[in-house]
Amino acid sequence: MAIITPRPQLTLAERLYLPAIVSGMWLTIRHFFVNLLGLKKKFTLEYPDEKCPPPPGCRGAPTLVRDEDGREKCVACQLCEFVCPPRAIRVTPEALPPGSRHAKIEKRPAAFEINMLRCIYCGFCQEVCPEEAIFLREKTILTGASRRELVHDKQRLLALGGSRPDSVKKWKDK
Amino acid sequence: MVNHAADIVVHWVQAGMATPWLVWLVITLMKCGAVVGVMMGMVAYTVLAERRFCAFIQDRLGPNRVGPFGLLQPVADGMKLFLKENVLPGHVNKVYYVLAPAITLFPALATIAVIPFGNRLGGEKMVIADLNVGILWVFSLAALGVYGIVLAGWASNSKYPFIGGVRSAAQLISYELAMGLSVIGVFMLAGSLNLGQVVEYQSHCWLVLKQPLGFLIFMVAMFAETNRTPFDLPEGEQELAAGYNTEYGSMKFALFFMGEYANMVVASAVMVTLFFGGWQVPFIPVEQWLGCSWLSGMVYIGCFLAKLAAFLFLFIWVRWTLPRFRYDQLMNLGWKVLLPLGLLNILLTALVLAGQR
Ligand code: SF4
Ligand code: SF4
Repeated sequence: MAIITPRPQLTLAERLYLPAIVSGMWLTIRHFFVNLLGLKKKFTLEYPDEKCPPPPGCRGAPTLVRDEDGREKCVACQLCEFVCPPRAIRVTPEALPPGSRHAKIEKRPAAFEINMLRCIYCGFCQEVCPEEAIFLREKTILTGASRRELVHDKQRLLALGGSRPDSVKKWKDK
Repeated sequence: MVNHAADIVVHWVQAGMATPWLVWLVITLMKCGAVVGVMMGMVAYTVLAERRFCAFIQDRLGPNRVGPFGLLQPVADGMKLFLKENVLPGHVNKVYYVLAPAITLFPALATIAVIPFGNRLGGEKMVIADLNVGILWVFSLAALGVYGIVLAGWASNSKYPFIGGVRSAAQLISYELAMGLSVIGVFMLAGSLNLGQVVEYQSHCWLVLKQPLGFLIFMVAMFAETNRTPFDLPEGEQELAAGYNTEYGSMKFALFFMGEYANMVVASAVMVTLFFGGWQVPFIPVEQWLGCSWLSGMVYIGCFLAKLAAFLFLFIWVRWTLPRFRYDQLMNLGWKVLLPLGLLNILLTALVLAGQR
């Protein structure tokens, strides 16, 4: 069945185009002068100088955190490594030296790398971590001069993560 | 600078060291250099002005980082384009592909030769070539400009550029007629095809007041000629990728780009000359105040450039206001509206002239 789209009948003024053109030009020239003279607040942020603060809870770069006592919370269980969809995380576990205060934790990461070129900021690592050791932080601007630079190693991850108070303290000496 | 150089030429003549044709040659070359220099400067800064003004119209900032207010942006752009790799795609017709951008820029540069851009400077007429068929030269070259685009579309050997080229040809044919008809009224009144005499005719009253309909048609046709919105169908980036210049890059693309803006400058110059009194300063008797000096000559040139700039602003303003015409609307407007109106304009002018006899 043919579908007939009704077309509005244009009046003479509309068919002349000119009134519509003039009103349009009036609108744009108003914007032009308002902005030329700076009468209105500008919305543009001049990026490298002015940055848009990320909203709280923003899922930026994943980072490792320490607790209040400065202990690295990660126990190298490798759950995040397995859950990470693009396989961005690589954890190399090692045994804690005997005699250490936290020896009963058994493991800690010897190396912890997150490849920011692969990460998709899904937040699965944060969700899966049994130790609340990995958090997505509000760091959204990641640049580097080489690929290697964008593979964050443990030092960098801990530096980015900072510390987060631990409410459970399950490894406290009991 | 100009003053000094001209003095040297005058000195030569007095010393009997130069034959008249040599003087003519030197003076013409000087005028050519000055005009091309000014024009290319205007092209560069029109591009910048367009980018900043459109930003203002759209409540943005535009390029403001290179130099104060972004004034050095054209330099940066030019440098970037020069340093780009000069890619020659394998599937193009090499000769025409390289030729097309040059053909687009050339007519614009050649047209400006017959435009009187000032009265006299040290007794020398401020026009490169004082042709007595000036306007025919303008029209024939304006028609040439489309060859560059058609050639680019065809030589690129790819679909979108080809459609762009075909559209350009169709559009040009439709609007050239209306353009030609709309200025006939001007020449009926002025009684000459020489642009200098058209300007002199307007010393008391700008022709736009006597030929408003003619001016309107001419202006619309000029927008179509320069492929500016609302008639930018040949490049229509939303439908045709980038139209005829899709396959072009680096300086070859820059030539197209410069050609578009140079055409805009020329179109503005022609409109100013035909309808807005050319270099004449309205209401102010410059020569009475300043005498027939270099100063008054410069004032005339300045006035011409100011009017030119106003028209360039109009081009930019319209581009960032109006959407593109649909193809059938474009053809309707050209053939069914502008063409009959052009004829009507000639008829009215003829009637009024006959009535005045
Ligand atoms: S945020 Fe997602 S992609 Fe990124 S490291 Fe964590 S699990 Fe992998
Ligand atoms: S960050 Fe969490 S999930 Fe990943 S290895 Fe360490 S403890 Fe396990």
